[in-house]
Parts: sequence; C-alpha cells; structure tokens
Amino acid sequence: MAENTYDVVVIGSGPGGYVAAIRAAQLGLSVAIIERDQLGGVCLNWGCIPTKALLRSAEVFHLAQHLDAFGLAADNVRFDAAKIVKRSRDVAKRLNGGVAHLLKKNKVTVIEGVAALAGKGKITVTAKGKSQDVAAKNIILATGARARQMPGLETDGKLVWSYREAMIPEAIPPSLLVVGSGAIGIEFASFYRTMGSDVTVVEVLDRVLPVEDAEISALARKAFEKQGMKIHTGASVTGLERGADKVTAKIDLGGGKIEQLTVARVIMAVGIVGNVENLGLEGVGVKVEKTHVAVNEWCETGVPGIYAIGDLAGPPWLAHKASHEGVICAERIAGVKGLHPLAAGNVPGCTYCMPQVASVGLTEAAAKARGHEVRVGRFPFAGNGKAIALGDTDGMVKTVFDAKTGELLGAHMIGAEVTELIQGYCIAKTLETTESELMHTIFPHPTLSEMMHESVLDAYGKVIHF
Amino acid sequence: MITITMPALSPTMEEGKLAKWLVKEGDAVSAGDIIAEIETDKATMEYECIDDGVVGRLLVSEGQEAIKINAPIALLLEAGEDKAALASFIPAAAPAVVAARPVAAAAPAAVTPVAMQAAPQQTSAPGSKPGGRIIASPLARRLASQKGLDLARITGSGPHGRIIKRDLEGVQPMAAAAPVAAAAAKPAANELALFPEGSYEIVAHTAMRKTIARRLTESKSTIPHFYLSIDCDLEALMDMREKLNAQTPKGDGGYKLSVNDFIIRASALALRRVPEAHASWTDAGLLRHKHADVGVAVSIEGGLITPIIRHADSKGLAEISNTMRDLAERARVRKLKPNEYEGGTFSISNLGMFGIRDFSAVINPPHSMILAVGAGEQRPVVRNGALAIATLMSCTLSCDHRVVDGVLGAQFLNVFRGFIEKPLTMLL
Repeated sequence: MAENTYDVVVIGSGPGGYVAAIRAAQLGLSVAIIERDQLGGVCLNWGCIPTKALLRSAEVFHLAQHLDAFGLAADNVRFDAAKIVKRSRDVAKRLNGGVAHLLKKNKVTVIEGVAALAGKGKITVTAKGKSQDVAAKNIILATGARARQMPGLETDGKLVWSYREAMIPEAIPPSLLVVGSGAIGIEFASFYRTMGSDVTVVEVLDRVLPVEDAEISALARKAFEKQGMKIHTGASVTGLERGADKVTAKIDLGGGKIEQLTVARVIMAVGIVGNVENLGLEGVGVKVEKTHVAVNEWCETGVPGIYAIGDLAGPPWLAHKASHEGVICAERIAGVKGLHPLAAGNVPGCTYCMPQVASVGLTEAAAKARGHEVRVGRFPFAGNGKAIALGDTDGMVKTVFDAKTGELLGAHMIGAEVTELIQGYCIAKTLETTESELMHTIFPHPTLSEMMHESVLDAYGKVIHF
Repeated sequence: MITITMPALSPTMEEGKLAKWLVKEGDAVSAGDIIAEIETDKATMEYECIDDGVVGRLLVSEGQEAIKINAPIALLLEAGEDKAALASFIPAAAPAVVAARPVAAAAPAAVTPVAMQAAPQQTSAPGSKPGGRIIASPLARRLASQKGLDLARITGSGPHGRIIKRDLEGVQPMAAAAPVAAAAAKPAANELALFPEGSYEIVAHTAMRKTIARRLTESKSTIPHFYLSIDCDLEALMDMREKLNAQTPKGDGGYKLSVNDFIIRASALALRRVPEAHASWTDAGLLRHKHADVGVAVSIEGGLITPIIRHADSKGLAEISNTMRDLAERARVRKLKPNEYEGGTFSISNLGMFGIRDFSAVINPPHSMILAVGAGEQRPVVRNGALAIATLMSCTLSCDHRVVDGVLGAQFLNVFRGFIEKPLTMLL
C-alpha cells in the first residue's frame, strides 16, 4: 500500500496535468499521473500541435500557389491529403514521446487507466478490467474538456465532424460548413479553405472570433471573405439532414430568413464541456458548476487537498492557461512563498488562421465598459518594411492604454506571425510597463515587431512611419 | 531643458518644503546662484543652481510642503531653447536631472559615519532595500505618484519584493502628501466632531512637528522601552564647578561650566566604560559604537532639536561647554547643518531648570538609551541612621530592551553616578 501513496496525484496528462506533475516533482514531492488515453492530452495529440502541422502544410501550399509574386515558378502544384495528415500525426507522436520522457526524467510515476475519486485522499484506477487504489495527500484534477454537442447537431464521425475527425480527413471535402467561429472553428475553416474547400462559417454572435477586439474581428472577416469564405454572423444552424455523402443544413440567418445549404461535411466547433463525469466528484463533495469544476483563484475546489486546473476548471480554454495553473497549483501545494494567482488579463490568445490573430488583455470595448478612459494606437502592416518584403501587407497592431495611468490594458494583432509577436506585450503587461518603457524600448529593424512599437507611439500621437 | 528636482539635503530627508523662491520665471540664472530656500524637517537651506539657463517654469509654489525628494520643482531652459520646449515636460516621467545642489551639503564632512549607518535604519521600510532603492514596477511607480502614495511604506509582493500594481490597492495616501490648505480645512472629521465648532483654531503642522510626531511614534511603538532611576549626590560636583568657573581665563579659552556639561562628560565616559550599552539595534546586527556622540535636546520654537557633541568622551569640560553653547544658540535660530543633529549614539534630556524632579524620556532612534535629568535640589536623606540634607539630582534612563538589559542599564547608571558624585575621576 505504501508504494501506492504519493504527495501529489494528477488525474489527466494534458498540458495542465503533466506540467503540474513535473513541477511538483521538481519541488521534491512524490508524484503520480493517471492517464486514460495518451500522454499529452488533447493539446498535443488532437489539438494545438497537430493543427499547427496541418496549417503549416496549408501555408506552404498557399505560397506555392502564389509563387509568381516572388518571381518563382513551379508547375502542377498538388497536395496529398494522406501525407499531410500523416505529417500531422507524426508531429503529435513525437511530442507524445517527449512528454513520456519528461515525466520519466522527473521521476513521475505514470499510471494508465481511468481514475475516480474514492474518498478522502483515495483514487481508484481501473485499467483492462482490473482496479487498484492509489493514495494521495493532494489530488490535482486535470481531465480537460471535449467538444460540446448540440441536440440535433451531434457529431457522427463521418459526415458531421468534431475537431478530432476534422484533423484526420481521408480527403479534402469539396464543401464544408463550419458551425462556430471561435479559434477552433476558424482554424479549420482557414485550413480547408486554403486547401480548396468551399467553406461556409455560421456564427451565432454578431462577428467572427467574437472574443477578439471588434476591429480585429472585422479585419479577419474581410480577409476570410476575400479568400472566398462565406460567413454568416448572427445566424444559427437549426437542423442537419444527413444524406449518403452529404449534409443539408438549415441555417437561420436571422430576421426570419432561412437558408438551406448542402455541403459534403460539417465541422461542429461550438465550444467545449469539461470532463466532469465518472470522476467521483459528487462522492467527495467537489462542486460542479454547469460543466466545470468550481474553483477559487488558487484552483482549490473547496475540498481540502483537491484541486482542479485547466479546461476542467473553466475558461479561457487555453493550454498555456492550464500549464500556468498547473505550476501555481504545484507550487502552492509545496508551500512556495510569494505566489500570485493567475492574472486573467495577462493570458494571451492565439488563432492560427490566415492571417493570424493574437491578443492579450482587454479589448477597446471591454476597457471602456470597465470605466477606463482609453488611448488607442493602431499600426497597419502596410506601413512596415518587413511586412512589405514578406508580401504580407494585410494586418494591424492595435494597442489600448489607460489614458490616465499609461497602463497597457490590451494588445490586439492580426497579420503574419502575430502569434509569435504577442509575447512582447505579455512581458510588458507582466512587468507592468507603461507606454513610456515601451516607447523607450529599441525594436530591431527590419522586423514585424517594429509595428508593436509604432502602435504604442500612435496611441500617444508620436507615430513615425504612418 | 533641465529639470531641477527637490534635493536630498540630508540622509534622512524624505520630503521638504519650498520655503521661498529667489527667482521667478524668465529670470536668467547662472551656476552658483541661489534659487530657492528649502525647509526640511529641521533646517532651512539655500539651494544653489549648478547650471546656466533661464527659469522656464516653477513647478511648485512657494510654501508648498511635503515635496518628495527628486520630484521636479522647476524647469530650466538651456541656451537656444525657447518656451515651446516646456510643453514636452511630462510630470510623471520625472527625469531626475539634478541641476542644483544644496549649499549646506557642499560643506565638508556633511555626514559622519554614524549618521550614515543610522540612515538606512531610519528610512528602512517594507519596500526599500538596504541600498535605498525601491523596487517597483513602472506602473506601480506612476500610480503611486498620481495618488500620492509613498512606495517606501508599501510591501511588494512581486518577485524579490517588487512592488506591483495590486500592492497599491487599498493603500491610503499619506496625510502629509495632501496639500496643506486642504489638510487644514478638512482634518479628520471624526475627531473634529468631538469639539463644538468655533471652540478651537486649527494650527497646521510644521515640518518639524510632523517629524517629531513620526519619529517618536515610531520609537514608542517599535522600541521596547524600560526605565531605571537613580539619585546622584551633587555636592562634590557643585563644589568643583564653582572652583573651575572661578578660574576661567579672560577672553579666549574662557568657559562657564553648567551642571549639564558635567552630565554630558560623565555620560560619554560611562558609555566608554560600559561599551555593551553603547550600541544601536539594526536588522543587520548590533552596532557597537566606538565614539560617544552625545545628543542634547534643545527646546526651540515649535519643537525641539537634538544637536550632537561628537566624540564627547575625548573632549574636556571647557570644550564640551563651549561647543554646546554654540550648538544651542544656532539651533534656536535654525541654523544647524544636518550633520550637527543627525545620528549620535546617546542622548540627554534635561528639564532640571524647569524644576522637574524626575521624568522619563522617549528614546531617540537610532540610540538605545536616553537619560532624563531632573532638577538638582536639597532633599532630606538618611545617613548613618540620621536625617541629613543633601543636594540630589534624579536621573531616569530609558533603555531599548533589545540592546540593553536591566543589569546592563543599571551598570551604566552606576558608573555614571560614580563620575557625577566623584567628579575628579572625570579627569582620569
């Protein structure tokens, strides 16, 4: 029994769980992690990473179709869907092995099976019909989330896909309906559009990428429509009629207008729900709100010794948020001094569509709604030398400052490589710089990052290159 | 454009009052011109410009109090600049280019080693490091300056104690930072409510008053005080004093010894004899002092000040007496330099001349002891089983228990009494 007792047991090995486990082990705690499927969770097996591999193929394909603009030529540019998918799966596999290695290196015990809380400090793990008990002083729940199902619009794995089937297509469907225009929906829409599908996006809210700043949303929509995507906002899919190899969707466009659309495949991307079931939460008194475990700012569930992190604990549903919570949680268990809870305003969000979208902090509207008097700076890609040289002149960097204090409230970017750029503003926010430090920072020339400087300068009427 | 900032005129100065502008906007100034008088908690000093230029703008008005050191107070236009340059000045940015220097601070030996050691202890506060630099995020700095918060009093919760925005939440601005007029017009309402309107007049706190309030509150609330009293027979001392005073030379080298001069010398010698008691508590460790720098409280208009006789243990009575007279006179007209009243290792408060028989005093940090001296008076005593008359002086020693325990304080007092009652031993 003693060998099955740990200081910390983590349930779920996604980017929240495995990071929490490694950090706890680094701090000298004995740690086990329980995984029912694949190490690394959805993120690196079925989410963030494999989609980036797909999108990279799409990007290269896109460039190959526009070689003439760069003075190059190649005939008969084609793709092989099976090879694209295989590359994506190989990438995921490689990282999956990487997580196994990291856990081993940090002496984290990996237990395969399905876990359920079985009383105070006790977990039952079931695998292949056999079960064992594991005792834990602290339990970190990190079981993640799965795609939300809508009545009548359930995914079937063949015609109506979730992210999972969308990631491993046998062929690129000639036409596609994407329901939901959040990051997941838009990334798939962008991938399939670039690969040649006829893509229609339906979004129930009034704009695409609805969590982003309204100006960024508008620019994104414009770019997608220019690529040939059809976008319906303020609309909803009310029914799906599944045929042999096609689906006819009934789309309520609002204002009493109903449209019938027949497509080869449908991707459902209407949010996620936490994996709260069959965990034994009720038995130990862990509270579930809607589909997520209720936690305080320290990821504590209210039941001593039981924590929840990542998607399971609620939005924003982002891997880096889960990882950061995992670290805070592990350090809190180990008694590390001087911790702060995760600062929600400092969590960046990235969408890898074409053009890319990245942001951190408050949108202009949210800042105003919170009573800030704001100063807003904007700088277009068209004014940046590097962007012009790259041939990527669509995009904008927008910054929102508190007019009184100079606090950087938010930064919103759309255009090439912005997902790699946003961290600059994240550091600025974490260090609590004001506009002054950003203005005095020397940005290298020629880079896209110069736009980040210019946007700040613009907010204070000092922009140079526009 | 050059920004002239509030100078730090002494190691303990945190803020000052702009007592008087000696220049006005548009005046041409050159290096060496006196441009303002700055009043600190203890003294008024002249402020000397170290650049040439034209006064572009005075950023603080005459009489403005509680100006933090390094806060901009004026803008100086350099040759060739016109008034348009002033527009680029952003108050909060405060590029601390010191373009003027205090006249007094230019005097040699501005700070003694003791004062230097004492300074960090006095100003040491949660947010500041021993070196005096406050670690704070740029945003926290700006918010603090906008809200009038003193970062030195705020505990940082960021990495390595860095003060971040959230640490400022709920912190109230310091009363001292509020404009005087507002403070005088609207003091703490709940206390005022206790008195009928018209039954009082409100006197604004002077810088000295505020310093006394702050330092003594800090002393009484952070130093564990205890008190030891002893009576000293003054007969031999009075006799010796009379004989010495009768032999004072005319003109140079003349003296007129007071009882207090003997007390200063006796204290200094006792400190040397009982070195364990001659120390200061600091977080870094106990400071064992090597020289007896004895402060003597001098009452001046609006408060008091404690000028210091440096190395009193190696000064003779005549030198002590004359030094003390000079310091006391200059203290009353507020002409002491900071190095003449800051630091010290021990202090004496004597209320004997007001007929006070005995009292206890509040320790003056960074000292660990203060001697409260009462009046020398004839009292009945019992000697060899019979009543007799003696001239006695009651002394009460306040001790910082962190440094001085009861027995140690008693040892010091007994050695002190030995010198007072056998004054000839002070010659040894």
